[in-house]
Amino acid sequence: MSDVLLEAKELHTYYGSSHILHGVDFKIHRGETLALMGRNGMGKTTLIRSMMGLVRPRHGRVMVRGDDMTSAATHRIARQGIAYVPEGRGIFPNLSVKENLLMSARAGVDGQCNWTYERVLETFPRLSERLTNGGGQLSGGEQQMLTIGRALMTNPDLLILDEATEGLAPLIAREIWRIVREIRKSGIATVIVDKNHAAVTSITDRSVIIVKGQVVFDGDSEIVRKDQELIQKHLGV
Amino acid sequence: MDFYSFLIQVLNSVQYGLLLFLVASGLTLVFGIMGIINLAHGAFYMVGAYMAFALSSLTGNLFTAILLGIPLSLVFGAFLEWALFSHLYKRDHLEQVLLTYGLILIFEELRSLLVDDEVHGVAIPDVFSASIALNDTLSYPVYRLVISAVCIVLAIGLYFLIQRTRLGMMIRAGSHDRDMVQSLGININLIYRTVFALGVTLAAFAGMLAAPISSVFPGMGGGVLIISFVIVVIGGIGSVWGALFAALLVGFADTFGKVLLPDFAGAIVYVLMAAVLLWRPEGIFKKG
Repeated sequence: MSDVLLEAKELHTYYGSSHILHGVDFKIHRGETLALMGRNGMGKTTLIRSMMGLVRPRHGRVMVRGDDMTSAATHRIARQGIAYVPEGRGIFPNLSVKENLLMSARAGVDGQCNWTYERVLETFPRLSERLTNGGGQLSGGEQQMLTIGRALMTNPDLLILDEATEGLAPLIAREIWRIVREIRKSGIATVIVDKNHAAVTSITDRSVIIVKGQVVFDGDSEIVRKDQELIQKHLGV
Repeated sequence: MDFYSFLIQVLNSVQYGLLLFLVASGLTLVFGIMGIINLAHGAFYMVGAYMAFALSSLTGNLFTAILLGIPLSLVFGAFLEWALFSHLYKRDHLEQVLLTYGLILIFEELRSLLVDDEVHGVAIPDVFSASIALNDTLSYPVYRLVISAVCIVLAIGLYFLIQRTRLGMMIRAGSHDRDMVQSLGININLIYRTVFALGVTLAAFAGMLAAPISSVFPGMGGGVLIISFVIVVIGGIGSVWGALFAALLVGFADTFGKVLLPDFAGAIVYVLMAAVLLWRPEGIFKKG
């Protein structure tokens, strides 16, 4: 039990009157890499936002490291070592690249400081060339590197990447996948949402597929990768 | 106008502009970062002036009054944010205007009950009560120079806080994306409370500094509020540097207007605002 970092139990979340999540159970363990899959509008982002405390579920619970944090403030959940890179990235365009990184810096839950400003710049050499640029002046790929770097500056145990490579050129997307692999190797658990099913299932241990606010599959990513029928049925466009 | 008269007007313009900057900077920060239209901001200036009056009567000394007044203002600001303003962030401007207008009435009534409706003077501290002789007939009061100097130090401090510290980075980030700041583990509510308390304290401090030269009187916050809004609009909503520039501009326009065009003195600042808005509808410095 203690190695579960983040868990959703029977979550029901609404946006106004529309019922988005219909009793979702979801779990991510320490060091695990997980693909969260599903077509647009099925509830992936809502699940993430519910677990981060950015929307309040109407029923169900959110457990962080075994503690009930269903009604905890977002910053308290994040302080439990959970870093969230939202869809659309959430760069602060009115801060420089350097400031975007420095503003979030802190030690991890166990006091670990593996990810320093210097190490983030080593991992993302492109950012070190643009330190004084405003966040809004970066290309899409650079922005994604910056948000991932900024998330790493919080020394998280879990990194949640929503639409990791959306809108990025294939070459840049490959660079993002390389970085995700490196993050995985460093022992940080990751939840990845991405439309590139082949890439995301080959990089993750486990996959969860959500259809209409319910989990329809939870198992090895390898199974998903090899089961074209499953992909077609739940994820095909 | 001879050189010394001109010099006096320049110094007055700078002093008046810088004092207005203290009030307007808080107004623009609270508006730019939390999206709150705070009509009660001028009342904080009045509260500061009355604190200077009451505390210096008690302690016999304006310095002590200011030293006590600053922490009191911080606590007062943090309390108001917690009790009232924190509930307004997601409301629309009409509700903000209603609440903050109500606050003006409450503060004025409290002032009337706690003090009275008379005009009161506050003594300039002895060390600064002298004047510097400029020529045979003209001299300039040291206290006004002190006000300008203190305001300049505060403006530099504010620049340092907002541009160079992590708190400043968080404040600027918070003005852009509240959810993202929280997702990075930063307590945005605490940041907002800090900014609000800072804004209240800057306005109250301006009132304390101004008390000896303007005296202390009912409704004194109203005029300052309106001119501060003019400054925020000219400078560009949310821009502290815009507020500094605009405050100096207004300080010069108002001071020289009264000397050169006394018949139109009341209108000059508004003509200036209209001209700036025609030229740059977003204000001279856009939010950044």
